[in-house]
Amino acid sequence: MAKKISILIVDDEESVRESLYSWFIEDGYRVECAENAKKALTILESDQFDIVLADIKMPGMDGLEMLRRIKAHKQDSIVIVMTAFATVDTAVKALKDGAYDYVTKPFDPDDLTHLIRNATMQISLSEENESLKSKVVSLEHVEDLIGTSDAMKHVLKEVESVAQTNSSVIITGESGTGKELVARAIHANSPRKFFPFVSVHCGALTESLLESELFGHEKGAFTGAMYNRKGRFEMADSGSIFLDEIATISTKMQVELLRVLETKSFIRVGGNKEITSDFRVICATNKDLKSMVESGLFREDLFYRLNVVNIHIPPLRNRKADIPLLVDYFIKKYCLSMNRQQVSIDQGALKRLQDFNFPGNIRELENMIERAIVIGDGKKIGLKDLPLEKSVVSSSAESLDDFEKTFIMQILTKYNWNISRTAKALQVDRVTLYNKIKKYDLKPADQQ
Amino acid sequence: MNLQPVTLISFGYFEKDFLEQTAEAVRHEFNCPVNLREGHIDLSDYYDPARRQYNGNLLLKQVDSMSLPDSRKTLGLFNVDLFIPILTFIFGQAFLNGRCGIASLYRLSNERYGMANDDKLMLERLKKEVIHELGHTFGLIHCLDSACVMRSSTYVEEIDQKNIHLCSDCRNQLAGNPA
Repeated sequence: MAKKISILIVDDEESVRESLYSWFIEDGYRVECAENAKKALTILESDQFDIVLADIKMPGMDGLEMLRRIKAHKQDSIVIVMTAFATVDTAVKALKDGAYDYVTKPFDPDDLTHLIRNATMQISLSEENESLKSKVVSLEHVEDLIGTSDAMKHVLKEVESVAQTNSSVIITGESGTGKELVARAIHANSPRKFFPFVSVHCGALTESLLESELFGHEKGAFTGAMYNRKGRFEMADSGSIFLDEIATISTKMQVELLRVLETKSFIRVGGNKEITSDFRVICATNKDLKSMVESGLFREDLFYRLNVVNIHIPPLRNRKADIPLLVDYFIKKYCLSMNRQQVSIDQGALKRLQDFNFPGNIRELENMIERAIVIGDGKKIGLKDLPLEKSVVSSSAESLDDFEKTFIMQILTKYNWNISRTAKALQVDRVTLYNKIKKYDLKPADQQ
Repeated sequence: MNLQPVTLISFGYFEKDFLEQTAEAVRHEFNCPVNLREGHIDLSDYYDPARRQYNGNLLLKQVDSMSLPDSRKTLGLFNVDLFIPILTFIFGQAFLNGRCGIASLYRLSNERYGMANDDKLMLERLKKEVIHELGHTFGLIHCLDSACVMRSSTYVEEIDQKNIHLCSDCRNQLAGNPA
């Protein structure tokens, strides 16, 4: 037996307590007895038992009342009620009040053994369920946010502290920095983690579609609405709703949203019944909402309602220390999903990635690694597998001239210094290219 | 060999050969001398007319009071239908880590289940039940090993399925807790 199951026996008859005690103790359970409900409740205040086996008929508080009190205190307690006088009514009442089972005294030894074995199995399944849930959540958490840079540590700390609260959060950051992942991490670490995380990309929907998406609609609300449909706010009940690209919603929707956030209630499109839902709002934007408020594009009252906590995610170029970790993570992720052997990355290629500016942030890096695994030789990712020359900004380019020089050099190298092909790729004539080569004193690598 | 004996007290009629073979099985399993004695009590004091059975809790206490100081463990053997208030019947019971236990031959007989008498099988069941209850007095709890004699049995068929010996885990536990 992996864990010692504990049983509390509650019965006013000493002989019954004694019999059950000896029976269970021989099975290796931890057993305690109480002669009445009051004493049992006192014991339960200071000690926890996996199973409570209680008589119904007892002087003072009866077993059913005790069952109700135990359940009110701890919903998942396993309480088995027993009685010498079986009536269907009492059995139904006990089961309705949450009893695990109902038995009539005296029991067949085999029935008792099975009853306790089943209850024990339920306990271990519940525990296994809890443990798996926590593993899933921690997996999600570990996968979500990668980085050991100071900037990322700061974000993680903010996520951790805000997760336990119920406050609205606005996540800001450039496209591709992982705003939704931060939102998911907040949800996964919050008390709402076992309830839905509902994500809505506001920017992808027209005003009327967004309205129906958020609030749901009744059958016949508009052409094509053939069935009732739950809205995202309704689906997020007890969980979190993530409104991405919040800056894109219309003024009308801003008013609607403000009302819903204040009342936590709404009416489906085409309906007349008020629906309430308990959700937490997490928003994201890559726009400067404050400036939008100042220029009258975003409602100030909605801004303050949403902006209780602001988490800013730095762009990847400001947290380059995280690039090797992210590269490693994406290599593992895509090799696994494509069922390929784990590959490594050439140090030169990694260095180039660290020098790169990543205007598309982590999303761009992720796409690069995925592509490299698809087209690569299956052993090592090299420079040739990375589409760095197609990106137009390099962090090492401190001026427009630096950038031009580096970019032309990349294309020349790619076409082995074939001037015609390079000029064609750059969409300039050969004379212009020669002038640039002269201007920047460019030479093939073997002549440098 | 531990020289302090285990005592088997028989209450009611038992064939001598039955008792001696049971004693021998106990001697072999626990590696200690076994004494056989006869006990005389008025069983009607333990009879519950409503259930038409004998109260195992009271009989266990009675046997405990009859335990001899020089005896390491005492086990009372009966041939009556035993019950404890919460259960419809028991084959036997014992004080865990205590001085004594009881076991009954009554429900070990094939005839109780409408089958042909089989003395050999009944004796095997008795030996297992006696060793099982004595195991409890030595501090052993029910074992999950289906072949171990300490496996819990609520039907005679389950007694037949297990063998007469302690499994290695129970044996090791016994060695660590010779009581």
